[in-house]
Amino acid sequence: MKIVFRTLISIASIALVTACGAGAQQSQAGKLKGNFNAGKTAFPRYCNGCHGVRGDGKGTLAPYLDPKPRDYTMGIFKCRSTPTGTLPTDEDIYNTMTRGFVTAAMPPWAPLPPQTRMDIVAYLKGFSPRFTSEAPGVPIPVPAETAITLESIRRGAELYKKLECARCHGAKGRGDGPDAPTLVNIKHEPLPPYDFTVTERFKCGVTNSDLYRTYMTGMDGSPMPSYADKLTPDLAWDLVHYTRTLQVGHRSKENSILAKAAGSNVLAPSHP
Amino acid sequence: MGRLETIMGHGGRIYARAIALETWSPRSPKRDFSPRCTSGTYCRIVRRSAGLALAVLLFLVAGSPTASAIPAFAKKAGLRCSACHEAWPKLNAFGQAFRDNGYQIGNERDSPVYQSPLYWPAGVRFTPQWHRERNGAEATDQSATGVQPVTTQGFDLSGIDFWFAGLLAKNISFVVLPSSDEYGNFHFESGWVRFDNLLKSPWLNVKAGKYELDMVVSEKRMLTLSQVGGIYQMYHYLPLIDPKAFAAAPLAAGETGASTTAFGIGDNQLGIEIGGHSHNDYTRYTVSVLTSSDGAVNLPTSKGYDTFMDVSRTLMVNSLGPQTFGAFNYIGQSPTQYLTQTPAGGGAPVNIPGSGFGNRSFTRTGAYGLLSAKKLDVVPLYMHATENADIALGIPSNQALPTGVQNPTWNGRMLELYYTQNLQFIVIARYEDIRNARQVFASSLSNYGDMDVETIAFRWMPFMHSRAGLAICPEYSKLHQIGASATGTNQTLSSAFIGLDFAF
Repeated sequence: MKIVFRTLISIASIALVTACGAGAQQSQAGKLKGNFNAGKTAFPRYCNGCHGVRGDGKGTLAPYLDPKPRDYTMGIFKCRSTPTGTLPTDEDIYNTMTRGFVTAAMPPWAPLPPQTRMDIVAYLKGFSPRFTSEAPGVPIPVPAETAITLESIRRGAELYKKLECARCHGAKGRGDGPDAPTLVNIKHEPLPPYDFTVTERFKCGVTNSDLYRTYMTGMDGSPMPSYADKLTPDLAWDLVHYTRTLQVGHRSKENSILAKAAGSNVLAPSHP
Repeated sequence: MGRLETIMGHGGRIYARAIALETWSPRSPKRDFSPRCTSGTYCRIVRRSAGLALAVLLFLVAGSPTASAIPAFAKKAGLRCSACHEAWPKLNAFGQAFRDNGYQIGNERDSPVYQSPLYWPAGVRFTPQWHRERNGAEATDQSATGVQPVTTQGFDLSGIDFWFAGLLAKNISFVVLPSSDEYGNFHFESGWVRFDNLLKSPWLNVKAGKYELDMVVSEKRMLTLSQVGGIYQMYHYLPLIDPKAFAAAPLAAGETGASTTAFGIGDNQLGIEIGGHSHNDYTRYTVSVLTSSDGAVNLPTSKGYDTFMDVSRTLMVNSLGPQTFGAFNYIGQSPTQYLTQTPAGGGAPVNIPGSGFGNRSFTRTGAYGLLSAKKLDVVPLYMHATENADIALGIPSNQALPTGVQNPTWNGRMLELYYTQNLQFIVIARYEDIRNARQVFASSLSNYGDMDVETIAFRWMPFMHSRAGLAICPEYSKLHQIGASATGTNQTLSSAFIGLDFAF
């Protein structure tokens, strides 16, 4: 028995040395480089139950999920730092995987080692031919945030009305606008609009900068368009500041300002 | 004088462990100990059939398709088992984080109000099995030397676990685990409520009830199940009492000559735990205050409390991935005397439960690592144990120790290897030894009671999805202990096992 055990340890040691060999780089964010083959091993463990073995969003759990899992073969991603219609950067996909999608089945995979996450990025890019024929878009600039003031929040409230955000997200941001039941994604699958009141997080991040980026890039594949051609940076920040106030019950500077100004009544004229 | 007593493990499974009592005998149903299949045509058929079955199994392992999934538990987490389990039930980093976060994914859909009314957070685990047990020195009346090898084998059943686990509300999780042995005798293996993320911080969680100590090298989620290899022996080891030395130091009145505790750090304990972890779960701590009863309910011992603490830290080492290091310490106590009551009809006085006093202490202190390199996981574990001689020999605290008796200490070491070939196939190898540093009797041989355990196994999971899991788990384990037979000769036990371990 000891001989068997020692032999096994020897084999394991060889495997350990072999395992340390680096594979080909397929994705990169900063110094972190992903490996396609390593991702091929990790993807079935964590991902293909929902996203499917072909990455087409047809995993065996998919019929029971709402919203539906991402179809990677289309090469279309909601959360990006790049302009609408372009491919995301590797870092965008990595960040999405890390934070998950709040109010969807996609969990935050932050507990996984960064290398594993980046390996999976390398692998899932292989599902779409877009990644071989196109380069990722250039990340949009996120200018310095304007001051968070009552006036900014008021302007944001007006924009919320003017841009008809309430048609989908509802007057109070609960995702219950009149168009909400009809919304579908690019695959014609039902896709309810985001309910801002659930948590202080957003679909594509948690900071004001994350929300600004979402307004300017849109969420490709969903009804949420890019407002880059409709909003100046200052106006986009105003809309961000107002959106924060829809997160009732959550601490934020915007909500504090609103509370000091006698609550949301100060915005009443903007709300039907 | 040493024996391997069977104990209740997870699933009410019966495992062997070394304790200092009398001769070992299997606590199993009546068995025919006559050896079978030693020669003849029947045996050749059996062996060829076994060989064929093994070949088919290896073929299936080599050519098995990618694991498929059948949705069900997706109603709760929307994930397949492999997301949390390296190989069910062994947790991976994501599963550990899920557990530490109070069974919450963190996508704002964890609360039961988001679940279908039909969702019922229940699971069952059971393991039909074939196993072969060999005792190299069983005490028998027929042997001229008093002991002889005895081997038995056959198909058998495990106990059963009924798992109820989930959330009562956001940040309030629970487990209720009624578990039976293979005879259907039920007990509560676990039952607790945990308040998670207090003060909106992952660093503060409070759990109360009966639970597994936060042993990162978890015996409850180990992948081996046989009688010998189904536990970490060092988690349950108690020093043997050397019969020769014992005979030279006769007991005084009130002395029992047997340990007053059956403590095992692998046993679930009753108490309250405060624990916490960093957001990425790389840094963890737990502190527990526990009733001094080794998890036995209804306050059977004394009013004493034990303490346990564990800290661990994970470091990310470039391409190797996460490497975890940690340490734990248990300080316990056990009564050495009880108030007694003579039965109304006469007879020997009996201890009054809960009236124990004259507590004496014992400790378990250890360090461990969870090291990984791609498909290979290496788990080193070291544990140092001490015990008061009064506990070891059952000597009332108000009596002087016999001459030559001392507080025993011992050390356990383990190296465990996991090679995860793919989602469905994992190989496990383990070597464990226990060395006595100081014997109860100074006159005993220095290596008396020392133990070596070797286990090799693999676990093949033909499928792993979110509702059910099945693992076919062949295993061989061998234990060798110095002087542990009834006559003081060395004892060797071995288990060969193949089980159909399933959870639904």
